[in-house]
Order: sequence, then structure tokens, then C-alpha cells
Amino acid sequence: MRSFRMASALVVLLAAARVLAQPPPPGAWSCSGCHLASPGAAGAPASLAGRKAADIAGAVADFRTGRRPATVMDRIAKGFSDDEIAAIAAWWQDQRP
Amino acid sequence: MTQTVARRNFLMQAGAAAGTALLPMPTLAQGATGHVVVIGGGFAGASAAGALKRLEPRIAVTLVETQRTFTSCPFSNTVVAGLRSIGRLRFGYQGLARRGVALHFAAATAVDAQRQRVSLADGTTLTYDRLVMAPGIDLKWDALPGYDQPAALAMPHAWKAGAQTLLLRRQLSAMPDGGLVVIAAPANPFRCPPGPYERASLIAYYLKAKKPRSKLLILDAKDGFSKQKLFEAGWKALYGDLIEWVSLSQGGKVTEVDAKAMTLVTDFATHKAAVANVIPPQQAGRIAAVAGVADRTGWCPIDPVTFESTLMPKIHVIGDAAIAGAMPKSAFAANAQAKACAAAVVALLAGRMPAEPRLINTCYSLVAPDWGISIAGVFRPAGGLLADVAGAGGVSPLDADPSFRAQEAKYANAWFATITREAFG
Repeated sequence: MRSFRMASALVVLLAAARVLAQPPPPGAWSCSGCHLASPGAAGAPASLAGRKAADIAGAVADFRTGRRPATVMDRIAKGFSDDEIAAIAAWWQDQRP
Repeated sequence: MTQTVARRNFLMQAGAAAGTALLPMPTLAQGATGHVVVIGGGFAGASAAGALKRLEPRIAVTLVETQRTFTSCPFSNTVVAGLRSIGRLRFGYQGLARRGVALHFAAATAVDAQRQRVSLADGTTLTYDRLVMAPGIDLKWDALPGYDQPAALAMPHAWKAGAQTLLLRRQLSAMPDGGLVVIAAPANPFRCPPGPYERASLIAYYLKAKKPRSKLLILDAKDGFSKQKLFEAGWKALYGDLIEWVSLSQGGKVTEVDAKAMTLVTDFATHKAAVANVIPPQQAGRIAAVAGVADRTGWCPIDPVTFESTLMPKIHVIGDAAIAGAMPKSAFAANAQAKACAAAVVALLAGRMPAEPRLINTCYSLVAPDWGISIAGVFRPAGGLLADVAGAGGVSPLDADPSFRAQEAKYANAWFATITREAFG
């Protein structure tokens, strides 16, 4: 078992694949359609990977109420409950930029 | 060599690398292993192949695709309008290879769902534990009298990006000032619902600057279209009466074309065009019907949680080919579906129950290079389909100021950079 895990880890390194620590909660993986998983694209919305969960969840909550101005995030935020947003934010905090 | 052998070799090498070749194979309960074949390397298929590897690197993934270079339909309207070179729409598959995806460049010719095998045109047979089909669209060449493949060389569809995109661009460049450009738009459903109207917008942008005496006529087989009020307001503000839209009930449906005479016929009139862009009715890519996953509509019914075909077991269908309920046939939706499908496939291979997904779509259109508009939606499984989450989504505000439109145009450009990097990078 342990050896197999080590073997798997080695294969991962050899393939240079970036692997997710945990499967994303519902909706979380849609974010990276616009928010690049790693920073770099000019003019793109902020990357979420490694950001504090409280900051992400707070921003989405403010988009939903309209307290924070938005172009499209107000429309998207309304599709998620507080618990769902918290789970998504916690998952993005754990992702490596 | 079949993929079964390749997979055994892959796992043996994995074991040998750590000196554990004599250990027994892990059982499925310990985590997902197996071989997933993905047919089609567009936004859906490429995203699915990469997502599977990110979720579970022990799964062997083979991507089957005919072309070594992908040309994006999103942003191809900027090429039609002369705003961008087509090279900026082209992406290779080296990024997926680096992530451990095996690439197989050949056409899939048959799928045997019972024996879980895919036959390729080069004689190879691939065996799969799960198959993900992302065949995109095929144009229905028998749907519009007079519009066959030779006719498309005179009246390009430009609805699959590449040579057709460049042909339409050349025709617009060669057209004298004062010419009539006609776009024939199909009935729903079709790839990229706002696409014909973004195309009209960006062609109008080009005509206004270079050939201002010209006109653009949209002959439509429907009475409404995506982001309609936003497009119409933008057209009026930017292009005056350069663009005219003729709806179905105004006689807009094209019933016949004559590519030699360059005419498009409706119930009420015959229009002679200088440049004609005919976007014909569409269906799922041909291999979907061959595999038995397309229904009588020509599209593929799916389970909204796993994207597994409701017609054939262990075959998942994503992207434009799928009947995804309220989700449009867009690249963003294809990418989001690919990631949700990949998570479901990994769960199924590990013997776990797939979690219910939540999906997002965001789709930008350019009315002009600095005038962007968007539609967004959030979707969840309901009643066997992917349904809109009530209260979420919708289009950009109708009364926004120019800085808002400019910001959305910037986001449109950034979205293209991001989505192509995620799918192919």
C-alpha cells in the first residue's frame, strides 16, 4: 500500500502533473473558467488559488448583495448559498497558485 | 498494440520505478485506476482529459483527435473582421502530453459499447473503462436546399474555425464598398447561440471603417436570439442602420440558396449577396450517431449528474454534442461540463457515488472591440436535466455606461486567454 502510494507519487512527479489535493466541491471548478488557476493573464480577474477563504467568501457575499460593484459576479453569486460559497472558498484556499 | 497492453506497461513501469513490481495491483476500492478514452480535442475533450489527470494521475487517459492543432471558434469572429490573426486562435496538445495524457491522432470510426472498445481509422483498437465523447458538431448538409459542401466554398459557414474563417475574411476584404453582406442564422439549438450576432457586429465594425456604404442583412430562422436587446442597442448606437435583422415571422428563414448566383431565398424575397455567410442547421459530430449515443434530434441525451449517455452505458457525452438542458452550447459550458464529468468518472472508477455538480456558464460577445456584453447562468441537475438556478444569471444591464462595456470587453479577452490556457496549456 505505502509503496504503491510512493510509486504513484513518483509517477506524478515524472509526469509533472499538478494534482488536486481534494476533489473540488460543487461549482468550485467552474471558477477557473475566468479566474486562472495560476496568475499571469493580463487583465484577467484575480486568481483564487491560495487566497484566504474568508476573503473569497466575503467578496462573493458582497457581490451577491450588490455592496461590491460587479460586471458579472453579481449574477453568478446569486446561484450559491452561504454554505456552498464557504466550501468553494475553503477549497480554493488550499490550491497552490 | 492495443491500449490494454499500453496500460499494463504503464502500471508496470509505475511499480518498477519504485522497485515494487512484485506488489499486487491495487484494487479499485483504494482509488480510481483504469483507462479513460476521450474522443475529441476541442474545449470539452481537452478540458476533460486534463481534468482527469489532475484529479487522479493513476488513471490512464488517451485523447483521440484527428487534428494536431486546434483552431478555436470563440474569438474567430475577430479574425473574420480583420482584428486578430488566426494564429492566435491555434493551440497544440503538448500541454496535455506534459500532464501525462496519451495523444492518439486518428479519427474514431466505431465504438462498441458492449465490449468497451473504440476503433480508429489507423487500425488501432482502444479498450476503455469509461469513454468520454466530445465530438462537437457536424453541419447538416441535407437540411438547406442548395447548401452542400461545394456551396460552402462560395458561401462559407465559418462555423468550424480554420479555412472557412479565412475564406469569409478574404471575401469581406475583396468586397467592393456598397456590397450587401448576408448572414443566414439557423433555428435553435446550434453551437454558440450569440455567435451569428457577434459576427454581424464585428463585420459591421469593419464595414463602417472601411466600406461605409455597405449593408449587412441577417436572415433568421427564429424570432429571438441570445442577448438580443443588448445587441440591438449596441448596433443602433455604433452602426446606425447598417445592420438589419429579419426575424422568422418577418420572413427571415432562408429556404434555399444558389451558390453560383449568390442568392438566398426566403418565402418573401430573393436576396443577392456580395458576401453570404450561411450558418446551416447542426447536429452532434458524426461519431456520436455511430456510437449510438445520439437520439432522433441528432443530439445526445445525458444524465445531468454524470454526463453519462442515457442511451449507452459507460459512455459520457459533453460539450456542444450533449443535450444539456438550460446550458448553452458554449466553450465555457463545455469546459465546466468537462470538469464535472471528469469528477464523476473518477468517482465511478473508484466505486464512489458521484457528487451532484453545480455548473456555471459565462459567455461574452463583442459588439465592438471595446464594447463587450455577457450572459451568465448557474445550473444544477433537476428533473433529469441541467436546469437554471432560479434568481441567478442573466445578461449585462441594458443601461450600462461605456466604461462598463469596455470592462466587459477586457474580460472577454482575458477569458479567452484563461480558458485556452486551462484547456490546452
